Amino acid sequence: MLSDITIGQHFPGDSVVHRCDPRLKIIVTIAYIVVLFMAANPLGIALSLGLLALLYGVAKIPYRLILKSLKPILPVILFTSILNLFFITGEGTPLFHWWIFTIYPAGVRYAVLMSVRVVALIAGTSLLTYTTSPIVLTDAIESLLRPFAKLHLPVHELAMMMTIALRFIPTLIDETQKIMNAQKARGAKLDNGKFTERIQALIPILIPLFISAFRRADELAMAMECRCYHGGEGRTRLKNLKFTKTDLLCGVVAALLLGCVLATRLLVPGL
Amino acid sequence: MSDIIRVEHLSYIYNPGMPDATAALNDISFAIEEGDFVGVIGSTGSGKSTLISHFNGLNRPTSGKIYVAGRDMWAEGENLRDFRFLVGLVFQYPEYQLFEETCAKDIAFGPKNMGLSEAEIARRVAEAAAFTGLDAALLERSPFELSGGQKRRVAIAGVMAMEPRILVLDEPAAGLDPEGRDTILSQIQAYHKKTGITVVLVSHSMEDIAKYANRVLVMDRAQIAMYDTVEKVFARAPELLALGLSVPQVTKIFLRLRELGLDIPTDVYTTPYAIKTVLKYWQAHHGPAPTTEGGSPHAE
Repeated sequence: MLSDITIGQHFPGDSVVHRCDPRLKIIVTIAYIVVLFMAANPLGIALSLGLLALLYGVAKIPYRLILKSLKPILPVILFTSILNLFFITGEGTPLFHWWIFTIYPAGVRYAVLMSVRVVALIAGTSLLTYTTSPIVLTDAIESLLRPFAKLHLPVHELAMMMTIALRFIPTLIDETQKIMNAQKARGAKLDNGKFTERIQALIPILIPLFISAFRRADELAMAMECRCYHGGEGRTRLKNLKFTKTDLLCGVVAALLLGCVLATRLLVPGL
Repeated sequence: MSDIIRVEHLSYIYNPGMPDATAALNDISFAIEEGDFVGVIGSTGSGKSTLISHFNGLNRPTSGKIYVAGRDMWAEGENLRDFRFLVGLVFQYPEYQLFEETCAKDIAFGPKNMGLSEAEIARRVAEAAAFTGLDAALLERSPFELSGGQKRRVAIAGVMAMEPRILVLDEPAAGLDPEGRDTILSQIQAYHKKTGITVVLVSHSMEDIAKYANRVLVMDRAQIAMYDTVEKVFARAPELLALGLSVPQVTKIFLRLRELGLDIPTDVYTTPYAIKTVLKYWQAHHGPAPTTEGGSPHAE
């Protein structure tokens, strides 16, 4: 169950996608999400899915990982598509009518488009974390947010918090598993029972987990202070991000491809 | 005596069917007799912890069978929770599982899950606290105010209070100072002697196992390398060393003496027995043994 969580998981590799400047990857991912929601017709959505498949292929990330990352949000996708199915009213004759439920062709169309969009959204953002190590990713975010430091936004601190949060996800998952096993060994019922019983059964897990999280935070803060951490000011980096010619090329190619997807909206509006 | 745990051809594979599939346990068969004190030893990653988490059904075997008190754990119609109450499992660093407001309530968590009456729970809590040397005053305090060693004892008492038929402890003394170590281990020994309950103790310390266990199970690379009485296992000290395990300091000295050409046995693993052996050797080769007053006798 807990091993299904793939957020922040990184699959090292040496492909163009892996080596690309992380800042570019973040910008392209954001642009991709925008384009995904602007592409209103099936052709555009199909093209953006194709683009995603191509990138996964280049990065040599197995496609089954997409399924794995989708598993936790499957209920959300189902819920939204059911809502869309019943609440979108359109022209034409209803396909189905019973009591207060009416399904229009537009509803079906919208429900399918929306779920495909969400799937592509998750798969696209997962590709970013699969191909970029958390440290590099936060470096890139810090670098991208740098201009906001002038507005007194604590950019370095935000980036550091993200790094720490990402770093501790696997540790805390591991810890949760251990605590669950220990309480199960004492006869705690975690897998079955009524809803209220299951909520109550969480207490013996959450309390030790929070305590251990605070303990770890305390230890980490101490360790950082011991190594003279004093915030971002005057801090130098081991690896400076460099925007190379290859990155420029990748950026141009990505812009063109996303442009193509957008163009479908203008060129074939009737579809 | 009857077997309390019987394991037949047990195998457990992590991530089966994946490229990184690894066998944590490979075709293991053995039995533990009721009333035994079994020490489990093996280097890191040899499968000790995986093995003991099979004893109460936290891991499902990939293949093979486990019988506890004669019942097949994974047979149709068996309730796993029954086995969790039969086999009390104390994990490594068990103090991290404490969560209740008071120590007494935390110790009562297991018995409460068993659906016992209030009076029975109170009796068990008091008894378990006595076995682990916790004062009645401590029981009403929050477990988070206690020292590391006290927390550990509260956690162990929590499992003892379930009155299992087998108590399994994974490194109960890890991270404690020598005094805390001895206290906890001798409390477990006293508990074993008084109740006659089967105890399985996982430990890295050969000294501890030599001191408390009567049988030793040696794990090596997902398999059982040796399973015998303490004397017989320590008699094979060179093999233990070859497995990357240490042997008690006294055993090491006797091995070295034998290497130097002295005709002495090497199944020596406790200090009292070592003294006896040395004296016997002296008598055989140099006449009457010297008195031990004023320090120990010099061999040469």
